[in-house]
Amino acid sequence: MGELRARVFVTPKRGILDPQGKAVEQALHTLGFEEVSDVRVGRYIELRLRDLAADAAGARVRAMCERLLANGVIEDFRVELDEERR
Amino acid sequence: MRWGVVTFPGSNDDRDAVRAIEHVLGDSAVRLWHKDRDLQGVDCVILPGGFSYGDYLRCGALARFSPIMDAVSAHAEAGGLVLGTCNGFQILCEAGLLPGALVRNRSMRFVCDVVTVRVETADTFFTTSCQVGEVLSLPIKHGEGCYVAEDETLAVLEANGQIVFRYSDRTGRVVPDANPNGSLGGIAGICNARRNVVGLMPHPEHAVERLTGGEDGLKLFRSAQAWLGNRSSSARREPAVVPGP
Repeated sequence: MGELRARVFVTPKRGILDPQGKAVEQALHTLGFEEVSDVRVGRYIELRLRDLAADAAGARVRAMCERLLANGVIEDFRVELDEERR
Repeated sequence: MRWGVVTFPGSNDDRDAVRAIEHVLGDSAVRLWHKDRDLQGVDCVILPGGFSYGDYLRCGALARFSPIMDAVSAHAEAGGLVLGTCNGFQILCEAGLLPGALVRNRSMRFVCDVVTVRVETADTFFTTSCQVGEVLSLPIKHGEGCYVAEDETLAVLEANGQIVFRYSDRTGRVVPDANPNGSLGGIAGICNARRNVVGLMPHPEHAVERLTGGEDGLKLFRSAQAWLGNRSSSARREPAVVPGP
């Protein structure tokens, strides 16, 4: 068990108003990127974890998301885990 | 009446709230620090406006884990009064003491203005001296004041009369032009199902003197005084318990 790198992606829930995503989408259209739709602006968080097996680490990070990193009323989250390369 | 005002790192309306309570209402205000664990027997605890913890992560997301929040939750659980204004409203939502959430204003701009809100219910400690439909003029100053909740939550709020204030025009019409931040249903303030926790984005503590922008907020603080007075006088009418031998 070495170190693990967790990547947490927090995004606004479907159906929840995302004014940032809307504004970015409009700006992209203005710049000529007309093919763009459905822009959602979220948050990206990296964590390093010690002394945990991957499945235990996944459960811990999901608990962190539920308690603090994401607000379940307005946000969804996704977690990716990798072995930390030194 | 005894009020408590919590200061979190980054609170900036705590002194205004204390001043409104002590100098205008003539009540006592206990200054509480976010690391305190005891509310010192206050009747109503106020979570003031500001930018607790720099609004990092989400507004109110870190403040809700301050040590004092356990005492605030226990106070609410026991039926004690809790008021959150602006950042305080955001903290109450993050803490799960009020439903829903406050997100970035639909305009993407910080708004600093005086708005009018319509009182939707007089059945809370904070509006008991108001008439339903009464229009109050109160200041707002926020970047994340757009109230959102799932459809089922909104339906419950409507059905239970938990919507306390809506943004309206001066005649009391809830119209899009009167909505400064895009809140669903024009919602400016709500209460919990038990009606002892109230949160709102406008700042009643900044509207307590004519010299500085009107005194419509005073009516709300006076409501709490009246509500508490009624409750304690009805409690006194209860038959006294005769102690046993």
